[in-house]
Amino acid sequence: MSVDLEKILRPTEAPMKPYEPKYMLLASGEAVVVRQVFRDEIPDLLKHVEPLIHVERDFYDLVASRVYAELLGYYQYRFQDQYVLALQVDGELAAIVNGRQVNPRLGLSLHTLALRRGLRIGAHGFAAKMEYHIDTLGHDEVLIVAESPIGFRRWMIEYKLEKRFDIPHELGGVPSWALTRELFDRARSKLVVGRRPVPPELLAKAKEKILPPSDPPTPALDPLAATRAKYDPTATALVQQRWEMEKGADSA
Amino acid sequence: MREVYVAGIGITTFTRLEYPLVEIASYASMMALKDAGITEVDQLYVANMGAPRVNHQTALGSAVADSLSLLPAGAAAIENGPASGAAAIKAGFQAVASGMDDVVLVAGVERMREVNNLEATDFVATLTHPLAEYIYGVTLPAHAAMFARLYMEKYGVTERHLAMVGVKNQNAALNNVWAHLQQGITLEGILDSPEAMTNNPYVAEPLRFFDACPVSDGGAAIILVSKEKAQELGRPLIRLSGIGQATDTHAVFERQEPTDLPAVHKAAQDAYEMSGLRPEDIDVAELHDAFTILEIAESEEVGFFPKGEGHIALEKGETALGGRIPINVGGGLKGRGHPVGATGVAQAWEIVTQLRGDGEKRQVEGARTGLTLNFGGFGNNVVCLIFVRED
Repeated sequence: MSVDLEKILRPTEAPMKPYEPKYMLLASGEAVVVRQVFRDEIPDLLKHVEPLIHVERDFYDLVASRVYAELLGYYQYRFQDQYVLALQVDGELAAIVNGRQVNPRLGLSLHTLALRRGLRIGAHGFAAKMEYHIDTLGHDEVLIVAESPIGFRRWMIEYKLEKRFDIPHELGGVPSWALTRELFDRARSKLVVGRRPVPPELLAKAKEKILPPSDPPTPALDPLAATRAKYDPTATALVQQRWEMEKGADSA
Repeated sequence: MREVYVAGIGITTFTRLEYPLVEIASYASMMALKDAGITEVDQLYVANMGAPRVNHQTALGSAVADSLSLLPAGAAAIENGPASGAAAIKAGFQAVASGMDDVVLVAGVERMREVNNLEATDFVATLTHPLAEYIYGVTLPAHAAMFARLYMEKYGVTERHLAMVGVKNQNAALNNVWAHLQQGITLEGILDSPEAMTNNPYVAEPLRFFDACPVSDGGAAIILVSKEKAQELGRPLIRLSGIGQATDTHAVFERQEPTDLPAVHKAAQDAYEMSGLRPEDIDVAELHDAFTILEIAESEEVGFFPKGEGHIALEKGETALGGRIPINVGGGLKGRGHPVGATGVAQAWEIVTQLRGDGEKRQVEGARTGLTLNFGGFGNNVVCLIFVRED
């Protein structure tokens, strides 16, 4: 009797509603399209992610390595219920965000990789994936971790995430944080933007081809840069301030 | 009093720099020395505001002198808040004009990103009145916001005008490779689109994110020499022809009319008088736009426009490159960045670049006269410099 081992290796994918594309204007006046990409486009993303594995700055090396593995895992049917959103400016890849559904009530954020810095592109991408989890997939909450101080400032501090330290996150087994529906609703007016439907020509341009980023992050000239990025005094100060306030509230 | 000329200029990129403070100052200084074609100076002044507090370093003058092997030249650090740079240039001018020294190096440097944004904001706020302002939590963005609100009510300035200054200067920085911000912005993206409030949130209403300059590290340097030395070196003859400096009340609330900036007015008037020029004689200007409202207010106080009409001139494009009096064509503090102690020297660097005709894409055609305004405190210590090309 023969066994189709591939069938055993492949996860059974849960049905997930697709993400409805949207677009928004950046401070530069450029329009960025956020859309879901599927398996057929993953090879186009991989070639733009790979160079960032060698950028030892702001944790690009770590995040790009993991994103590469996640995308490859998705492409080769070795990742359970993953989705990928791409942000494109005039066809050019500006950011990739991904996550997965743990169960119909729980989402898990994987990564936010900005290929173009500034202009809140990464922040817009993160907001879009939270929107996907909460509004489209109907998750009650999303488990999140940050692997860089910049991410910590953007997610944990700006969204005022709740601690779920008893739950190890799938990324490295570190303590999780959570965005609940309530927190998302509170952040919605300030942090979540975008317009639908996307004008057909804008969407067509994005779908036509995923163009390489014109100004991607590059390796730091100064070897100290990688070390220095490991400590972000602003995030440290802000979170310390918040925890002090929480302690005060608890004791009151 | 002898005439004083600029023989050399240097600058570092303004951004988050990973190098020690003294190295930043030394790099800019080496560029200026190389530009002048000299290896020795009689005196050097290093302008800086925050090193003792932010970088845990004092006595920058001697540190830079040794770093550059300029020993045994005289050296001193000068701290005068955000106007440290121009104050140090004034000291350099006095040294040469008096005949005490022939060659003076003036460097400005700051490494503000050593600390977090909260500490950086706090260290700049230490220039406010300790009992009347600081203890109540007043910061410079808060001061500028209150000033902007009053200006809007009194003169009809709107958030659109503020945003126009931001767009003008940040986009001007795209023509300056040394500038911190290398990202263009549009009014649509930061003001008019449904996403504008997220792209450009209020930081201290009515001021938004893009109304404020970035927190930067950086250094700039300038070499001041006597006329004989300038002729000997064969560099373009650019004379520091006018200097004015004035102070105002430490606490802003003590001012008779808080929308007036009398120290700016007085410093500019004194500089005009010393140089024998009038506002309409100035070809290009560097104003201290730490916040967008300041460029509008200062453009009036230095006499380019009548009081309350700076925003109208802005609307007409009179302050843009190609306009009647181009302001901050290298990005200003808003686009180039604002390492506080370096700013006054960087403004002089930009004007000298313009008067030499080296401004490339941002060059003001035929510029022969230029003005800088370095605004310390919240307008309580202001230095105005006027440069003239003579050859």
